[in-house]
Amino acid sequence: MSDKEKFGTLSRRGFLKASVAAAAAGAAPMIFVRNANAFVNEPKGGTVTLGFNVPQTGAYADEGADELRAYKLAVKHLNGEGDGGMLNTMNPKSLKGNGILGKKVAYVTGDTQTKSDAARSSAKRMVEKDGALMITGGSSSGVAVAVQAYCQEAGVIFMAGLTHSNDTTGKDRRKHGFRHFFNTEMSGAALAPILEKEMGKDRTAYHLTADYNWGWSQEGSIKKYTEALGWQTKAAVRTPLGAGDFSQYITPVLNSGADVLVLNHYGKDMVNSLTQAVQFGLRDKQVNGKDFQIVVPLFSRLMAQGAGENIKGIYGSTNWNWSLQDEGSQAFVKSFGAEYGFPPSQAAHTCYVQALQYADACERAGTFNPCGVIEALEGHKFDGMGNGPTEYRAEDHQAFKDVLVVKGNEAPSSQFDLLKIVEVTPRSKVEYAADMEGYAGNLGSCNA
Amino acid sequence: MDEILLQILNGLDKGGAYALIALGLTLTFGTLGVVNFAHGALFMLGAFVAVSVQNILTISERVRDESITFFEAYKEVPYLEIWWGETGTMIIDYVVPISILVAIPVMLLIGVAMERGLIKHFYKRTHAEQILVTFGLAIVLQEIVKANFGANPIPTPAPDIVSGSAPVGAWLGLSENLVYPYWRMIYLAFAAVIIFGVFAFLRFTTFGMVVRAGMADRETVGLLGINVQRRFTIVFGLAAVVAGLAGVMYTPILPPDYHMGMDFLVLSFVVVVVGGMGSLEGAVLAGFLLGILQSFASMNEVKQILPGIDQVIIYLVAVVVLLVRPRGLLGREGVMED
Amino acid sequence: MKDLLKSNMAVMVIFTVVVLTAPIWLEPIGASYPDLLQKFAIFGVFAIGFNILFGLTGYLSFGHAAFLGVGSYTAVWSFKLLSMNVLPAIIFAVIVSGLFSLVIGFISLRRSGIYFSILTLAFAQMSYSLAYSVLTPITNGETGLQLTLNDPRVVDGMFGIPVTNSLPSTNFFGISMSGYSGFYFCAVFLIIAFYISLKIFRSPYGMKLLAIKSNQTRMKYTGFNTRPYLLSAFVISGMFAGLAGSLMAVTDPLAGAERMQWTASGEVVLMTILGGMGTLIGPLLGVGIIKYFENIFSALNEAALHEAFSFLPEFLGNIMVVIANPFVGEGWHLTLGALFMIVVIFLPGGVMEGIGRIAKLFRKDKAGSDVLTEDVVASSSEKTDGGKS
Repeated sequence: MSDKEKFGTLSRRGFLKASVAAAAAGAAPMIFVRNANAFVNEPKGGTVTLGFNVPQTGAYADEGADELRAYKLAVKHLNGEGDGGMLNTMNPKSLKGNGILGKKVAYVTGDTQTKSDAARSSAKRMVEKDGALMITGGSSSGVAVAVQAYCQEAGVIFMAGLTHSNDTTGKDRRKHGFRHFFNTEMSGAALAPILEKEMGKDRTAYHLTADYNWGWSQEGSIKKYTEALGWQTKAAVRTPLGAGDFSQYITPVLNSGADVLVLNHYGKDMVNSLTQAVQFGLRDKQVNGKDFQIVVPLFSRLMAQGAGENIKGIYGSTNWNWSLQDEGSQAFVKSFGAEYGFPPSQAAHTCYVQALQYADACERAGTFNPCGVIEALEGHKFDGMGNGPTEYRAEDHQAFKDVLVVKGNEAPSSQFDLLKIVEVTPRSKVEYAADMEGYAGNLGSCNA
Repeated sequence: MDEILLQILNGLDKGGAYALIALGLTLTFGTLGVVNFAHGALFMLGAFVAVSVQNILTISERVRDESITFFEAYKEVPYLEIWWGETGTMIIDYVVPISILVAIPVMLLIGVAMERGLIKHFYKRTHAEQILVTFGLAIVLQEIVKANFGANPIPTPAPDIVSGSAPVGAWLGLSENLVYPYWRMIYLAFAAVIIFGVFAFLRFTTFGMVVRAGMADRETVGLLGINVQRRFTIVFGLAAVVAGLAGVMYTPILPPDYHMGMDFLVLSFVVVVVGGMGSLEGAVLAGFLLGILQSFASMNEVKQILPGIDQVIIYLVAVVVLLVRPRGLLGREGVMED
Repeated sequence: MKDLLKSNMAVMVIFTVVVLTAPIWLEPIGASYPDLLQKFAIFGVFAIGFNILFGLTGYLSFGHAAFLGVGSYTAVWSFKLLSMNVLPAIIFAVIVSGLFSLVIGFISLRRSGIYFSILTLAFAQMSYSLAYSVLTPITNGETGLQLTLNDPRVVDGMFGIPVTNSLPSTNFFGISMSGYSGFYFCAVFLIIAFYISLKIFRSPYGMKLLAIKSNQTRMKYTGFNTRPYLLSAFVISGMFAGLAGSLMAVTDPLAGAERMQWTASGEVVLMTILGGMGTLIGPLLGVGIIKYFENIFSALNEAALHEAFSFLPEFLGNIMVVIANPFVGEGWHLTLGALFMIVVIFLPGGVMEGIGRIAKLFRKDKAGSDVLTEDVVASSSEKTDGGKS
């Protein structure tokens, strides 16, 4: 679309490089030159392009589709169409409903396939070909970390989407990346008091953990906070990603003497392991004179849907749920529901908020220059976006806000009423130091 | 001790599943000589027969939840329950067994259509071309399912009466902790029945005899004036039915999603090849062997000595078997060796 | 013309010009941005190498992605430990993947046919599973191996390259390896790889490999030891894969385990068959088609479709959008699957077969023909037997 403008001018350095490389070809075609503009993909026309990079194929395709719906809605609202959604409730707000800085918002989409390589490729296309200024979306921490690192190198902003591993804003944090979603540390901190209340101090936990980065992160956090309560950890067994049949990992639980099973699985793995654990009668079991319990530290409505009956009464945590009654959530659910006929998922909510926050930061900064935008986002405090008072902490670019502890609804009043909010854990209870051990990282510097 | 017994049960159960999936594949791949990358898709289609049956049985009256105004939220009450009360509930509860009856004709039809419409033209083509066309077909089938059912897993529970665990230990006078899910035992029994059924069919019927002769020497059988081609169509249909039934029966254990076929595809090829090309017995044997070894490799005691062994055991065993026995466990000479 | 194409020189000149001008002639179809061009070149190297094994000997490896992955990991470690200069990274990657393929090839080639395929598959899947989990200290697991600010980079340190607060980028003696210069760098390797492949195809060595494909038993009976030939072909193609893997790291210093998964091995198999196995440029066409679908088709959405059909009256345009929508964006897999089927049903030899047929039509009209045809002709003899005898 706007390729020609973008590659039109050649800088001297770019030209020298180009002529070396292209000498054999005898022609120097449009060279991708960063120095031609004040910063990468500086919007020169009447539009500004955002890149929505979500899983469209693979296990998280449904979640990705929901993210995309939310982004489309956000673009509408930014451009002053529709009912405005959370633009009516966000506070403070600099956006005027006429696009961003007076430029109409356009978007491009891509498929991450939930693979780091594919996701980076897709993000590169958005930056190199489509002129995207900001990349957002995704449904896994591996992808988030990979794309975030690319955005840092490329000099564009990354708004993370759904990623729950500590690393995204921990040891792999980047100056150009921001995360609205919560993380395993917060899940652990929020969940532990509720588990104590419901199950007592004297419990022995058995972890089944998906054998990759996010799984370990969650296992670590849950262990840390439950052990602080006085719980014991019997064993933490790693299971291969996508194992399908988990029977060989579940049977050892039966005789282990543990009375709580913690499933550090996400998506399909969680649906399968939970279904099978229930089949093995774990929920009807009595151990040490106590009812056996299963905990799924992170879950979403889509997962609850996949697990069906089995999720009922299971405790977990989530970033947001459509049944929240605050003004912001209601405004969002209303416009999403009107547009698509069903409520948004937590992934959709996060993506929507992040698109709006990015736009608002540009407006506040008065520029699209990523350095200015980063400055505007760092330490920014806002409210009215469904999570209560929220701050994008400057030190690690992690959002700090309330965390929801939920339980699979035992008597749903409708097909969407799958999660019941047990507790809204306030920010103060889930906060931790940015340079906490095992969490510290280096943001690097702004790259424009 | 309990632990060992349980892992043996797990292994048998897994083995049953592997053997059943591999059995269908070895019929088409080992005997008809077609590298069928769409076999996983047949397994997946079987599972989605169950999902479809469930969707039909639970066509519901929708009672609007009036407290929600932003979109239509409703509680679903299946018409079957409204009309027939408890009988209706029971029918819905038995969705998986009912699906088996539906799946047999449906999968047979799909298999025959696939063979007549596509595979038939590829018997004489190269393996490379068979791979490409069946892989393409698998993707297309998968995407059609995704377009209709979404990508999220769909819960398809077993009948309530067998949804829990059986006190196997108590039955045998052993520890109380020795329990095993009813459905997994049913799966194992079901797999055994199907496997013996297919064996008996090929061994003791004239039809089976001709098919076996055709496998060994297609041309000679053809010269005898027997229509081998038509029998091969039926074999392909049979393979589709076996794969589909494996899929239907697996749904309570693994809530189906559109991608489950691909997840099992590689595994089923490994099982067939380890068993040996052209050998039904080999495929079954390899299925159980790999299932049991995988279960034991996943035990904490084993994993402590060899970290990660549970992730690679299947492939490790495949390598060892193929190096020790050139044609797998029970493979015949000259099948797919060039 | 025909004689001209017999000469390696002429073929190479044409090929070089076509590759180096790719940014220009790919512009109209929206494929001329650096990342996709780089992917074309890199997977081109991968597929060319794979074709040396599969196309010539008929041995179908289902585990070549493992060598690609090993190449990537080696290259990134070279960036981390030694230098951001890409030269050592590439050299080490090719050597290490060569050694790795020597070991796996030595074991796997004890079997043939499907047994060989499953052995290679098993090795690759083991590499993938371990890289994803147990080997995380070396591979950084799911996240993938990345550069960090506190990497030692010993050689760079010796030359006094300053350490800054941002990650250094890969370079070839100062030339940055991102953007178009990265593409041209990869393109040079593609051209070299193609040249090697051409030489092999047209050499006695290549003929012997072909003979193994058509009838190995007969070769053996004549007292001919096929193993060294097979093993060397396997190692060469493994080194090509390692080279491709290192180029991936060169243009984007990250290495992930999923590069080794069976789907990645399957992809190169599909590319080769789709384009035309055993032909010189068929695999490259396969690469182009699959990568184009993955990157461009997947990115089309309703808005883009409306734009594409805007030349039609609005009513017709809307109908076209409704028809086309399931096949683009999230439906790109569907289109790709359907394409596989259509190609193989109508064109047994892959896309090259189609090009050959078209060229034949032209040749009836006038002598002399398309540049591409010659390769089809040159390789048609190689193809006749296919993978099955």
